Amino acid sequence: MAAAATLSRLVRLRLYSISRNNGLLFNRVQRRGIAACIDPSVGLSDEQREFQKVAFDFAANEMAPHMAHWDQNEIFPVETMRKAAQLGFGGTCVHPDVGGSGLSRLDASVVFEALSTGCASTTAYMSIHNMCAWMIDTFGNNEQRGKYCPDLCSMEKFASYCLTEPGSGSDAASLLTSAKLQGDLYVLNGSKAFISGGGDTDVYVVMCRTGGKGPKGISCLVVEKGTPGLSFGKKEKKVGWNSQPTRAVIFEDCKVPVANRLGIEGQGFNIAMKGLNGGRINIASCSVGAAQACIQLTRDHMHVRKQFGEPLSNSQFLQFKLAEMATRLVASRLMVRQAALALQEDRPDAVPLCSMAKLFATDECFTICNQALQMHGGYGYLKDYAVQQFVRDIRVHQILEAPSTTLLGGRGAEPVSRLQE
Amino acid sequence: MTARVLVGVKRVIDYAVKIRVKPDNTGVVTDGVKHSMNPFCEIAVEEAVRLKEKKLVQEVVAVSCGPQQVQETIRTALAMGADRGIHVEVSGKDYDSLGPLQVSKILAALAKKEEASLIILGKQAIDDDCNQTGQMTAALLDWPQGTFASELVIEGDKVKVVREIDGGLETIKLNMPVVVTADLRLNTPRYATLPNIMKAKKKKIANMKPGDLGVDMTSRVEVLRVDEPPQRQAGVKVESVEDLVSKLKEAGRI
Repeated sequence: MAAAATLSRLVRLRLYSISRNNGLLFNRVQRRGIAACIDPSVGLSDEQREFQKVAFDFAANEMAPHMAHWDQNEIFPVETMRKAAQLGFGGTCVHPDVGGSGLSRLDASVVFEALSTGCASTTAYMSIHNMCAWMIDTFGNNEQRGKYCPDLCSMEKFASYCLTEPGSGSDAASLLTSAKLQGDLYVLNGSKAFISGGGDTDVYVVMCRTGGKGPKGISCLVVEKGTPGLSFGKKEKKVGWNSQPTRAVIFEDCKVPVANRLGIEGQGFNIAMKGLNGGRINIASCSVGAAQACIQLTRDHMHVRKQFGEPLSNSQFLQFKLAEMATRLVASRLMVRQAALALQEDRPDAVPLCSMAKLFATDECFTICNQALQMHGGYGYLKDYAVQQFVRDIRVHQILEAPSTTLLGGRGAEPVSRLQE
Repeated sequence: MTARVLVGVKRVIDYAVKIRVKPDNTGVVTDGVKHSMNPFCEIAVEEAVRLKEKKLVQEVVAVSCGPQQVQETIRTALAMGADRGIHVEVSGKDYDSLGPLQVSKILAALAKKEEASLIILGKQAIDDDCNQTGQMTAALLDWPQGTFASELVIEGDKVKVVREIDGGLETIKLNMPVVVTADLRLNTPRYATLPNIMKAKKKKIANMKPGDLGVDMTSRVEVLRVDEPPQRQAGVKVESVEDLVSKLKEAGRI
């Protein structure tokens, strides 16, 4: 297979020269032979496998070689994301008439899981961007859809989702950012915290208070960068997710046309939560992809690393550990895909299932990635090895888009009341 | 303007997979192993689609020979921009012994049937490394051939091909109809886009058997045994030139 060797050598040479400065050579996971049980293409339709293949190829060629560089230099990879958008990843579930790809929830989950093997942080941002585009597509009128969706689908413009505030995270419905009606303008005052992409993105989907207290007083407004009164806090320094900037978004007498409101007054919280259902599936999918990558990296490491005269792959303890990791991975993937199916079929259990899938998968997949780091030994702690970046990047998936701790037991949680019935 | 381009695509074991020989040494393990389109075939499809985008050809037809699974490969070609596909069904023993001779006979018959004036193939497949199909097809059709192409330009009813050969680059001009085989640097294949993958579902793939084309599938080649390459032996370090010479003499090399 001389030609294959030449071809793969040329590909690897290209990788070498790109990643030479960062030495991240150990993350070519997307094309290895995969054991059937953890193969992510099992159970998918032919078309879904085609989508997945493109996403894996893109992740391997365009993202994986740069993920360390983006992380260490805090680069927001605009050009790479635009290339992804050209393939249809900018508006996965948005209708084709405004530039989207019209995929189902399950299709999108498969795509984000595959992309995440190339860089979990960038893929997570792309899933947030996709969520915003979907919200405008679903709840916007035709003017709003036509104005914003095409640019978002092509990633000519980038979007941010603004719900969380310094005083309201889990208790999102208590948000304080006010939007007072003055003629045909809303005047916004307040601030949002931890906004992914904040400051570098162009379109902000903002949940703000137009009415009284509680969820029914909240509306959803689209605010464009450059609007007077819109400013940003300092760029936060984070443990992971470094390929996307995080900033506070500040509104000081920021005037936004009433025409920018999605849906009717008081519908904002509902829009926000509906967006989060899909968002949770996709964040969970990113965790699953990262875990898949880490398992393959660990398996490869176990074949190479020798101790006590044998490769680590001969150790029964480590074999058991790897089997446990594989089990957690498959369980997570099944939960996430089942939730995606339920959501696209509009089943009554869809919302709790999305929350459960997010809770389960983000926790289990972090455990997988953390265990993978452990099994790399001291090498797992070095930034030359991708596994530590996956660990750092997906840790936050357990926190945002509704914290794991409040999903099933906290106040205001959706599924608890149903369980009690 | 040239009407039709025929592009051959082969389904092979993915280039990044670690190959294992079957325990009975009759071949390599293919069950459950990741397969994809031969990389040189991807380059061939990309070139054909580019010609269509430049409006130098009217239609791109992707052809593959093999069992049901090769339809995946044809679909990938359709997602990259080919207009329609032809699946020549070959399975079982015939598929095990399928080689350049049979494929070139099939391609020659199809070229006549489809009235193609240009055939673009990958220069070789990464599983058997034969590098024969393009050449045999040209011979059977009595068409000129431009192999190892790193550049392809259509000039009226002629084709200019720059070939990568051992001595460097050779530029030749060929009269159409012609067979061209694609080398690594001909182009960089595009990713299929999600919308194109969905559109590809609607494109037609015609099914036929080698018998329909009057092709005799008997193989003149029998595979006796497949083995792993020998393990690389450790080298020996020598201290001086005299040592080197005596060691070489010992090994019977000089």
